[in-house]
Amino acid sequence: MDLENQKRVKELTEKYGAENIVVLIGAAEGEAAGLAAETVTAGDPTFAGPLAGVQLGLRVYHAVEPEFKEAVDPEVYDEQIGMMEMVLDVDDIINEVKSIREQYCKFKD
Amino acid sequence: MTYAVVKGAGYILVHTPDMVLHNGTTQTTERIINPDSDYLKELPNHLRSFDEVVEYLPNQVYIGNMTPEELGKYEQPWVDKKAEGASKVGKFGEIMPQDEFIGLMKIVDTFDLVKLSKEFSVEVTKKLEDHHFISKDLISRIKEGEEIEEIEKLIKDQGAEPLYNNGEVVGCVKRAHDVDTNLSAHVIFENLAVKASGTLAALNLVEKNNINPEDVEYVIECSEEACGDMNQRGGGNFAKSIAEMAGFVNATGSDTRGFCAGPTHSVIEAAALVQAGVYKNVVVVGGGATAKLGMNGKDHVKKGLPILEDVLGGFALLIGENDGINPVLRTDLVGRHTVGTGSSPQAVITSLVTAPLDKGNLKITDIDKYSVEMQNPDITKPAGAGDVPKANYKMIAALGVKRNDIEKSELNSFIEKHGMEGWAPTQGHIPSGVPYVGFGREDILSGKINRAMIVGKGSLFLGRMTNLFDGVSIVMEKNSGKVEEEKGVSEEEIRKLVAEAMRDFASHLLEN
Repeated sequence: MDLENQKRVKELTEKYGAENIVVLIGAAEGEAAGLAAETVTAGDPTFAGPLAGVQLGLRVYHAVEPEFKEAVDPEVYDEQIGMMEMVLDVDDIINEVKSIREQYCKFKD
Repeated sequence: MTYAVVKGAGYILVHTPDMVLHNGTTQTTERIINPDSDYLKELPNHLRSFDEVVEYLPNQVYIGNMTPEELGKYEQPWVDKKAEGASKVGKFGEIMPQDEFIGLMKIVDTFDLVKLSKEFSVEVTKKLEDHHFISKDLISRIKEGEEIEEIEKLIKDQGAEPLYNNGEVVGCVKRAHDVDTNLSAHVIFENLAVKASGTLAALNLVEKNNINPEDVEYVIECSEEACGDMNQRGGGNFAKSIAEMAGFVNATGSDTRGFCAGPTHSVIEAAALVQAGVYKNVVVVGGGATAKLGMNGKDHVKKGLPILEDVLGGFALLIGENDGINPVLRTDLVGRHTVGTGSSPQAVITSLVTAPLDKGNLKITDIDKYSVEMQNPDITKPAGAGDVPKANYKMIAALGVKRNDIEKSELNSFIEKHGMEGWAPTQGHIPSGVPYVGFGREDILSGKINRAMIVGKGSLFLGRMTNLFDGVSIVMEKNSGKVEEEKGVSEEEIRKLVAEAMRDFASHLLEN
């Protein structure tokens, strides 16, 4: 996750509290999605940005995960993400992000 | 009104290993934050030799010695393979070594800001004299050079940016003002590298396509740097400065910017200017970015790969009046990502790919080749950015499925047939849409394909002025051979139109 985004996530969390933040990611493949999810839960694995060593433990989902899909208008979902669902390796992304969430997310809901 | 045509293309690479170390922002940033890092220590062991760069398959494709199809036959990664019979001189251009390029930076420097040592000046003059076409006039601009002590003093005391070759200081780029950060040695270095590589591309365009430089009337430069001073940071312009060096004595020009979308914006503008009859011949040219050298170096070093971002890229295209032969640029089939388009990939691909096709009642399969962001996957995959062209083709194909242009089962065969492997270095604007224009022109001329779409996309948000992304596209098509003259409406046609209107009017009267 780029340094500017890490900074924004950190600042928003400090302002509104970790319990009030959900991070929604849109990375195009599993590894990158997992890294982004890890950054906002366990801290920046590359130790380069503001979240290095900072364990926010935020709720984090990828836009193709069922939790998110079920929460939004199906028509809007199809219009905005339907095409990408066909393109992305959805299962790989779900596995990666889910596994990070299960390991590092502070909120078990 | 008749369409403009693509009359020729030039593509160049410059191997710049020392500039990777000293001018790439990944390295300069690391040197500030973590000067003793393992990465900086390990990096020099991962630099390639000039021969390795020449033999690298994607580089041979970039300068036209191999086709994208031929590259596609080699299994990825390509870094461990060599091109048979590779040459630094290609059908579309050349690969220049660093020492000659430093000489070229001196040649294009009109303000005496580049200082080269006496010894290096002699060496590089001799080398450039053996270059296959650089003129004596240009080479004579190198002059005899300075004492190395003088150069070291400028670096130490006056903030000059050193010019390294094989790890040794051979010269420097001076700052052009004591206080103005826009004229600092760093900025002048970057800008002279753009100018020199852009000039090399323009010279190759002329050389490889038998163009008379005097026929060029306008130049659009589309790299991603800005030249100016503290009162006008992006005042401009690279275009005219390159035109001057390339001998386009009858041309003026201007710079067009749009991050990586800059080249495609420029092609559309050039086509429109020619089609409207404003100028007969317009050159679109882009120089390379020293800042992006070794951009993904950390990942490459970590994975035991050589630094693959060790070249500057440049290109130049000539867009001219319809000659009935060369492929036309269909200005009526232009796609654009508008402010209101939205940022979802689906909206983006719709606006850039299918919207222009709809204007011409074309299907997704009616475009034989899509030239998208043709980034070399050898570079992007180890850096976690995936295969960029392939991702684009997947999206185009998926949209095709949604529009019922193709079946879902045809997704992969569509990608294979209408896509290509990426071969361009990750220099931002350099891989964006334009790398295929040279091949596309040849493929259309030889009858291999009829239509190609050039798609350019740009990350405007990096400039922090908008959160928006950008993109434009245009279709390049086989010339029908008919060069329509622009003509007024003839008397006979007017009579016909009046008669039709009268008949229409009469029929209305009868109905009532």
